[in-house]
Amino acid sequence: MIRRARQFITAAILALALAGQAAALDVNDWNSVVAEAKGQTVYFNAWGGAENVNAYIRWAGNEMKARYGVTVVHVKLDDTAKAVATVVAEKSAGKDQDGAVDLVWINGENFAAMKREGLLFSPDWATKLPNWIYVDHETKPTVLSDFTTATEGLESPWGGAKLVFFHDSARTPSAKLPDSAADLLKWAEANPGRFSYPQPPDFTGSSFLKQVLTELIPDKSKLQKPVDEATFAADAAPLFTYLDKLTPLLWREGKAYPQNYPDMKQKFADGELDIIFAFNPAEASAAIANGELPDSVRSFVFSGGTLGNTHFVAIPYNASAKAGALLFANFLLSPEAQLHKQDPKIWGDPTVLSLAKLPAAERQAFEALDLGVATLGPDQLGPALDEPHPDWMTRIEAEWTRRYGAAN
Amino acid sequence: MGQRTKDRGITYSPSGNGLLVIILGLPVLAGVAGTILPAFGYLPALGGLHPTTAHLAELAGQPHILRSVLVALAAGLITTFAALAIVGTFIAGFAGMPVFARVHHLVSPLLAVPHAAAAFALAFLIAPSGLLLRLISPELTGFTRPPDWLLPNDPFALSMIAGLVTKEVPFLFLVTLAALPQIPLRRAGQMTAALGYGRVSGFLISLWPTLYSQIRLPVFAVLVYSVSVVDVAMILGPQLPATLPVRIAHWAADHDLKMRFLASAGALLQLFVVFAAIGIWLALERIGKFGLTFMTLAGTRLRKDQLLRATSGLAMAGCAVIIFSGLGALFIWSVAGLWPFPKALPGAITAKIWLRVLPQITEPLLTTVGLALSASALALVIAVSLLHRDGRGGNGATYKLLYLPLIVPEISFVFGLQILAISIGFTPAFSSVLAVHLLFVLPYVLLSLSAPWRELDPRFERIAAGLGKSPLRVLLTIRLPLLFRACLTALTVGFSVSVSLYLPTVLVGAGRLSTVTTEAVALSAGGDRRVIGVYALVQAALPFLAFLVASLGPQLLFRSRRAMRM
Repeated sequence: MIRRARQFITAAILALALAGQAAALDVNDWNSVVAEAKGQTVYFNAWGGAENVNAYIRWAGNEMKARYGVTVVHVKLDDTAKAVATVVAEKSAGKDQDGAVDLVWINGENFAAMKREGLLFSPDWATKLPNWIYVDHETKPTVLSDFTTATEGLESPWGGAKLVFFHDSARTPSAKLPDSAADLLKWAEANPGRFSYPQPPDFTGSSFLKQVLTELIPDKSKLQKPVDEATFAADAAPLFTYLDKLTPLLWREGKAYPQNYPDMKQKFADGELDIIFAFNPAEASAAIANGELPDSVRSFVFSGGTLGNTHFVAIPYNASAKAGALLFANFLLSPEAQLHKQDPKIWGDPTVLSLAKLPAAERQAFEALDLGVATLGPDQLGPALDEPHPDWMTRIEAEWTRRYGAAN
Repeated sequence: MGQRTKDRGITYSPSGNGLLVIILGLPVLAGVAGTILPAFGYLPALGGLHPTTAHLAELAGQPHILRSVLVALAAGLITTFAALAIVGTFIAGFAGMPVFARVHHLVSPLLAVPHAAAAFALAFLIAPSGLLLRLISPELTGFTRPPDWLLPNDPFALSMIAGLVTKEVPFLFLVTLAALPQIPLRRAGQMTAALGYGRVSGFLISLWPTLYSQIRLPVFAVLVYSVSVVDVAMILGPQLPATLPVRIAHWAADHDLKMRFLASAGALLQLFVVFAAIGIWLALERIGKFGLTFMTLAGTRLRKDQLLRATSGLAMAGCAVIIFSGLGALFIWSVAGLWPFPKALPGAITAKIWLRVLPQITEPLLTTVGLALSASALALVIAVSLLHRDGRGGNGATYKLLYLPLIVPEISFVFGLQILAISIGFTPAFSSVLAVHLLFVLPYVLLSLSAPWRELDPRFERIAAGLGKSPLRVLLTIRLPLLFRACLTALTVGFSVSVSLYLPTVLVGAGRLSTVTTEAVALSAGGDRRVIGVYALVQAALPFLAFLVASLGPQLLFRSRRAMRM
């Protein structure tokens, strides 16, 4: 018992010492951050479902080791909510120091939840990063407003995303492609069983619902605010009228759905689906390069616009290696790392930097990138539609499950 | 022997056992509490401070919840019944015959195949774009594109039941096998044959009641597992709505943290679903017992049972064939380039994925093997010392506590454990994950060891004790060598349980300790068939090796003792 008490006291002293150390961390004094980071191990919690992304993170980790002596461990998650759960459990157990998560790949609801519950390292650190000067926050409003939640510098932008559709030009002639959600319904009538979307609440599947809702709702400004319960039924009615018509025309008549984007991609490759969509414009080119899709696959967007957003990295309030995490976040934002990431042979994820702000050499390197045969250029991607407030996603998903959740 | 209380400094007391059981059982109970409390609204981290039944009401209001419950319940019961019927009939029909050993060697490696890998294997075979249809298309079917069939994920969960049966049959078969040497197989067979009984009916009336009582707990473990399975149900089960455990898993992983309350309420419901399943099974046992008594009294000989035996033999072999050809399909995918439907083979073969994955897999592989070896060895030592000190052989009431991890659905109890692990200052590390693995591994090791332990003819030990050997010496020189095969089986079962553990590793290890399984499941969320192929094969190879050692060990060690070999 006494030994136990002594352990507690030792732990408490240690915690206090560490707390003192943590308080000394000053983001404005970057040299001190770099010095403190040396020798730290950063546990980067990030979705591990795609080999090319994992390879990119490995590359970035090796660079961190070589340049700053910081070890990066990629904790591969199948769902970012698991990292959130870890921090929740730690807070619940009173573990306010030495948390297991140092940096987390995040956006949308997970960010909104962590911000709301006070689980994030604060105040504003993201805009204090040296590489922030290159970030395009002027023409990319989603860098500052993550699914309408203000980022307030609590997360640092990492990459862009835009909803793009893919088809196989060998199977589906380019001339007959739909150009809007309403068009897509007509296309499905002519081609029953050849379109589907990942089953909500899968992220990509829910995004399709949001795309349709954004196109069909008469007053788009409502989507920028939390759901108004009084008018929700009427606001969402166009979406569900649409889905009522679409569902019997879906793959398996809507009695089953692809479970996620890669599953949908596999079914596209198998010839079960004819039109699919993804949030990464370079995804099709990457899949062609990997031998997952035939080289006759091409991309298209709706001329009225498709959803666009940004994904980020954030630091939990109780992270063990905050300095290392800051340094890593800054490296991920560097022109060099962003360029490497946008290369479709590596990952193909669009940059969050503004080419106009970059030094000439880096700008030319970006412009010289071969984006791949199936990737639309930045000028062909069409307008970006704003992501609705996270509230909408939750409500639409619940309503979707209620209506279509027992199709069997 | 039991009267001796002291032996070379070791104190023999029942409370020693009790203490050990409490040390192991308490974390489980705490994990359960950590799950049940949020169901009633208590989770301070999320602002839940006041008891409420609101979350249970919310659960009841979930769309189609009843259907999710009923499908999970029915699928679990049917799986258990089918697996038991196949194994029972096969053993009744073939035990002691040459074909028995052959099927034994065919089926036992299947235990090693992780559930998720087996489910993927089955899905790769039977899907409309799967290998079976590719083999006969377009020549026989005329399909140039995959047909729009709802398979797998059929609404009646038939593909899910099939996937579960192929995995539970090897498990039940192996635990039955471990108990088999303890029953008078040959004598009873000769006697019933002389009385004119068919093999199956003779076995049923003479040996089945004894044998079943020995494998009863494993049967319950199968039942509980099948009712609350998540990964297989995600891959093969119905989706709209999904079974209850899958929905709990989704709630627990929901981005809205408040859903943890709903998940906990769901886990509580799952607990009752499991109790209901056990209740129904107990009723089925009664009916079976009544039927058997009726059959015995009626004197039914059932001499022409060839068809029944052949069916069971085919079903046993079928499990192996399905999984092995599915694994073959996984392998082809792991080296496939572009492979469009309806081509039976990929257009290009490439080692790209293997070359890319193998260097990364080394460290998780070492962690996996290290965890599995330590956990199963530790569990075996604990199980042996428990059983040795407690002469009853695992029948004491305290032992029931150890089976809690098998009766509480994993999904619900690990979240509570995670909170517990952090509260007592466990830093995520090898040792804390090992401790949690032990909680899951120990019951399985104890399960497969306790029946043969109990049934070992006590006269061997009485003779040794009569010759003045100490209990410890008797244990080391008489009992353990006699139970060598049972110990190896237990060790192997523990090894594969540890290898396949996902949720406990991820949650308690806070994701910092990656094993082949955590990597595989993370990637299976990405659904890339090629990478899944690589990881599933590597994952399956591990326990395969263990089983190889377990089956070859006795052969080598007891070369000159025929009765000790299989």
